[in-house]
Amino acid sequence: MTRLARWETLLAALLVALFAIGIATSDVFLRGSNFSLIASSTMEKAVMALPMTLIIIGGEIDLSVASTAGLASAVVGKSWEAGWPLWLCLVTALVVGAACGLLNGLLVTRLGLPSLVVTLGTLALYRGLASVLLADSAISNFPAGFTRFGFGKIGGTGIPWTLLVFLPLFVIFDVLLHATWIGRQLYATGTNPEAARFSAVRVANLKLGLFVISGVLAALAGIMYTARVSSSRADNAIGFELDVIAAVLLGGVSIFGGRGTLFGVLLSLAAIATLRNILALNSSNAELQSIAVGSLLILSVLGPNLVRRLRGAQPGRLAGSRSARMAEAGD
Amino acid sequence: MTTLQPSAQSRSARLAAVAGSGQFLRLLARIREAGLLIALAAIVVIVTVQAPRFLQISNLRQILLSVSILAIVAVGQTLVVFTRNVDLSVASSVGLVAYVVRDLLRDHPDIGIPAAIAAGLLIGALLGAINGALVTIGGVPAIVATLGTLYVYRGVVFAIGGGELITASEVPQGFRDIALSRPWGIPTPIIVAAAVALVFAYLLRSTRFGRELYAVGSSPEAARLVGLSVGRRVFTAFVLCGLLCGLAGVLWGARFGSIDARAATGIELQVIAAVVLGGVNIFGGSGTVLGAVLGAILLGTIQNALIILRLNQFWLQAISGAAILLAVTADALITRRVRRSLVVRLRR
Repeated sequence: MTRLARWETLLAALLVALFAIGIATSDVFLRGSNFSLIASSTMEKAVMALPMTLIIIGGEIDLSVASTAGLASAVVGKSWEAGWPLWLCLVTALVVGAACGLLNGLLVTRLGLPSLVVTLGTLALYRGLASVLLADSAISNFPAGFTRFGFGKIGGTGIPWTLLVFLPLFVIFDVLLHATWIGRQLYATGTNPEAARFSAVRVANLKLGLFVISGVLAALAGIMYTARVSSSRADNAIGFELDVIAAVLLGGVSIFGGRGTLFGVLLSLAAIATLRNILALNSSNAELQSIAVGSLLILSVLGPNLVRRLRGAQPGRLAGSRSARMAEAGD
Repeated sequence: MTTLQPSAQSRSARLAAVAGSGQFLRLLARIREAGLLIALAAIVVIVTVQAPRFLQISNLRQILLSVSILAIVAVGQTLVVFTRNVDLSVASSVGLVAYVVRDLLRDHPDIGIPAAIAAGLLIGALLGAINGALVTIGGVPAIVATLGTLYVYRGVVFAIGGGELITASEVPQGFRDIALSRPWGIPTPIIVAAAVALVFAYLLRSTRFGRELYAVGSSPEAARLVGLSVGRRVFTAFVLCGLLCGLAGVLWGARFGSIDARAATGIELQVIAAVVLGGVNIFGGSGTVLGAVLGAILLGTIQNALIILRLNQFWLQAISGAAILLAVTADALITRRVRRSLVVRLRR
């Protein structure tokens, strides 16, 4: 627990450092408009990151979130084009998202298939269904109220509406994970599923529920994306799953499950968004962004490992050195 | 070796279990390969009945050509997956090598084509070595390390190339011929892919190196106990995967007309799909190179069939997704059935 707390301190320090760099290198960084830009372009990934954090803590993974978002976006567009009222389009998209998550969850929990493979398959399947629905057309005649939700700000402030969607969700997930039995069961499941089952945790139902929630929130993110770019296309939100997973892992969540906090993920989302923003403001070559994010992700695991090994190498720390040697052997 | 002396009875039980599981794995691999061949045959029959030109030599050649580069990378991915790891960075590696080799030949045409190919292979191996070092020395889980290098390698291509396009006319025709030539009427990429598949199928099946990879994947602890350096085998698998990505990158650079920094983006999913479809266990230790190549061919055949039947191209992705799900579901059900019958047989 202290180690985790220290990881979040590191992330907070990183965020402060990034702010300092941003202020020093660009005049526009501190402007309200820049912050709303950072916030609104991160919100879809932030919404997907909430259930992703819980799923990874529970020892599984969901690679299909971006495809689910794309399918939801296609459903919104197609049903709007067919003349449905907007609220019905949105509800349908959310239901489709839930169905996507349900299929993932059933394959993982009922057939015992690895979630990595299942959601890789549904990544292709859901994106494929989106492109079957829309082919390469785009639907963009959405009502102004809907698109204003995507990129508009609340009144005269610079706060985007979508932030108002994310914040309550964050609070709910944070309470769920860190203050209820659901969270405790989740950590137990991620640490040792066998032991959790013997302790009367309904592992399968817990995971099934998580996958459904992940599907619904991915659909919500798809709706937010559709509103922000005011267009429904089959390739909407493509590739977002990698950004989302990178943010969750950088936030200190262990890929092996059982460890991590939502606060860490929040900090890492903010850090990645700020880093991307600074690089975009200061240089024309946007490719630096992906190098920086990738390096940060690797360093977030490599750094603590190397520190641990250096400590383990000190005399009198036999236990430490043995675990370091086992880590070295590579699993 | 230093474990407690097992009683005679439990030892024989364990021997039976080991023999059973070996038999069991071989049986599974055979079922999978047979299943893939049956699926392939079914598609061929159905499509040929609808459109006889599907079976024309030129079309079969087209299918294999479109699959060849994917199959080479799939063989590399198979090696890594054997060891309980995964390489998500393959598409970025292929793209990086494809772009760099073209860039090299455009700016320095005098270095010659063999040197450019060698450079491509070397860069590929180096990228694989970075992945391998991160995983084995750095202790970073493969999925995290290679997700990171997926971003970094792609960023490097963009840093080198920017948004610049390198067209076919800017590189020597001799380089383009690597992919466009047809000795004995067979396009070179197909020959290269077949050679790669045969060499690695032999390596994995019949050499010490191959058996050690299986051992490391089935049980790292047991492999360590019999004295294998697990880290070194994992590192080697990553380097070989990188090398094959380098080879695929050279072919990619030679085959396609214009190339920009986005070359080969996203093929990691197709590659992993082929490997999974081919029956390679994502948790390591089982599967065959032949299966992975068959998986790639099946995906390519489905794609081609959609074109031939003039079906909606947009179905392709949905179908490959469904194929993966079907394959793993069938696997799970067959495994359950076979394991049950084996247990019954062992009890008798």
